[in-house]
Amino acid sequence: MSCCTPVSVEIPAGPRSAGKIRTIALVGPPNSGKSTLFNRLTGLRQKVANYPGVTVEQRIGKLSGIGRSDLILIDLPGIYSLNSYSEDARVAVDVLKGMMPGTPSPDAVLLVLDSMHLSRQLMLAGPVLALGLPTLILLNMTDVMEARNGEVDSLALAQELRAPVAKISATRGTGMDAISIFVARKTEQIHRPLELPIMGNAASYRQWATGVSTRTKYKAPLSSETTRRLDRVLLHRAWGPLIFLAVVVTLFQAVFTLGQPLSDGFQALLDNAGMRVGALLPAGWIQSLLIDGVWKGVSAILVFLPQILLLFLFIGVLEDSGYLARAALIADRVMRAIGLNGKAFIPLLSAYACAVPAIMSTRTIENKRDRFATILVTPFMTCSARIPIYLLIIAAFIPNRPVLGAFLGMRAAVMLGLYLLGFVAALATARLLKSSILKASSAPFILELPQYRLPTLRSLGLRLLDRAKVFVKQAGTVILAVTLVLWLLSHIPTHGGMFPQLADSWIGKLGQWIEPVIRPLGFNWKIGIGLLTSVLAREVIVGTLGTLYGGDPATGNMTLQAAIRHDLQLGGAIALVVYFALAMQCTSTLAVVKRETNSWKWPAVQFVYMTVLAYVAALATNQIITRFF
Amino acid sequence: MNQAIPPTPVGMIRLMALSKLGIGEEAVVSRLDLPEDVQYHLMHMGFVPEARVTALRRAPAGDPTVYAIDGLEIALRRDTADAIRIRQVGDARPVPKS
Repeated sequence: MSCCTPVSVEIPAGPRSAGKIRTIALVGPPNSGKSTLFNRLTGLRQKVANYPGVTVEQRIGKLSGIGRSDLILIDLPGIYSLNSYSEDARVAVDVLKGMMPGTPSPDAVLLVLDSMHLSRQLMLAGPVLALGLPTLILLNMTDVMEARNGEVDSLALAQELRAPVAKISATRGTGMDAISIFVARKTEQIHRPLELPIMGNAASYRQWATGVSTRTKYKAPLSSETTRRLDRVLLHRAWGPLIFLAVVVTLFQAVFTLGQPLSDGFQALLDNAGMRVGALLPAGWIQSLLIDGVWKGVSAILVFLPQILLLFLFIGVLEDSGYLARAALIADRVMRAIGLNGKAFIPLLSAYACAVPAIMSTRTIENKRDRFATILVTPFMTCSARIPIYLLIIAAFIPNRPVLGAFLGMRAAVMLGLYLLGFVAALATARLLKSSILKASSAPFILELPQYRLPTLRSLGLRLLDRAKVFVKQAGTVILAVTLVLWLLSHIPTHGGMFPQLADSWIGKLGQWIEPVIRPLGFNWKIGIGLLTSVLAREVIVGTLGTLYGGDPATGNMTLQAAIRHDLQLGGAIALVVYFALAMQCTSTLAVVKRETNSWKWPAVQFVYMTVLAYVAALATNQIITRFF
Repeated sequence: MNQAIPPTPVGMIRLMALSKLGIGEEAVVSRLDLPEDVQYHLMHMGFVPEARVTALRRAPAGDPTVYAIDGLEIALRRDTADAIRIRQVGDARPVPKS
């Protein structure tokens, strides 16, 4: 789960046949519904959320959603204009002008405009039409606009812009036939360049757009009364922050009260399956490899799937409904005190899932120093790869006692504490960076608050399916490979055809060799091996421990939870989760930091800083707990 | 409405900072005293001269403030709103329809 799902599309080679459309670019302002339309047209599942700036890179798919898988669709980041103001706008302009290496130059454009705010969105239509590519203008969300007493004369708009115009709803899938007809035509049939007035600055685009919307009888819809009414409560001086806190606490409590029984049931199912398969295999090294090695390792991590999905279901509802932007508004005061751009809040918040897409989404931050500071602190946010080890240690060592009555249990409180630890580390580091090497004047905070929307089951379902796929894939590849290697290393050298004791195996020797370094933290050598393997990705440690404890006769018959409780002291256990909260253990993140900062210096600094901090904090944790508890 | 804005002497337009606009009050954007790139971004969000802007509500901590402009709700910190100059709705210059 250390990375978003990559999508590979083969780009057809060969000469272009003149006049035929082969590559289409999808263009539109932020939050205009482009990504939803892209998913519908291609059948791909791109993340869609109700806040601006979700797409930060171009994405490529085939138009298979309307039965034209011979055509390529490129989804571009949302842009307000073609004058590149931030990194994501620059990407869009490069692709449109055919200057993006590796991306085919588009022959046609689908321009998506949110009909709820048409007069302002039209400001983008001028420069896009001026590119001279055949363009179909899609007025998105016309159903909602018309339901709220808005109207527009789409025929007059088509005449005004000299380009075809279609009313669509990307969410409901209406109007897709207009796209099919458009892409089937020859380019010269639809290519009628627009004579634009000489323009250059925002004010003149604005004037032109206002003129067009007046002449096409555009009437903006009434703003949703529901949004205002909800904001009156959710952004209330006293209720706002209280509701924000209640939402966060409920989120974590639910992971334990609802998720734990699901996880336990799933574990019983997996154990049962392992036993049944094991009984079919002849006793010997194959059974040992498959059951004690691979199955114990892989199932140790799979059991956390229900809890992770539950967490993402709740977070998905918050994102899709539009509450996240309000959370950013409530948190802005804190962010400013630290010296971070308010916009940094959204990358930081999306890093609870995975730091990789979060780091890419920092491209919406215009100020370079602000952006680097955000990239450097993002991996401190508690990503979902940390959840398995947190849940394992908490379930093994923390009693399930109520803290605030039935509202907050001790386990949820510890989990919340670990999330806070990561957040505080991120803020403190940002403060440090901003007052030293990345000093900059504070960039402005400009945040669009979207209307509240009811999350759709389809969008939530796709999101969960995506998470589950990434998680299972990681268990089936990286973790599978690591457990295989571990099993092998823990069974050599053989003595006269007999497997060695775990402590005498190669892996045991390696563990004992590094043990002096980690003993002050309260870790034993098995944990040490876990720390080494989890440099690949954090969740690998649970698979590693599953294999190591499963292969040890002393603990082989216990559940992983019981085995860890048997082998670690409270101090070492808490030190372990503190270490995981702070350490940089993710090769995918290091790679994306290198790509985004264009230098090895920043990922190297980040790795050393986070590892040293994690070591010192874990050391302090173990020493304090051992001495005082 | 607009009691917070003192009456304008004849023949003179009195400008004030957007940050001084009271909640629920409406005004007209007059000028943006900001670096060009920021100005550009704001203009695309609707903050153009002659646009009508209403202060909707303040964030729980008192800052940023949410403004309604051109059918959108945009939150700005006080230091940004300080640099946006506004004038009273009825004042001087004809306001184009928008």
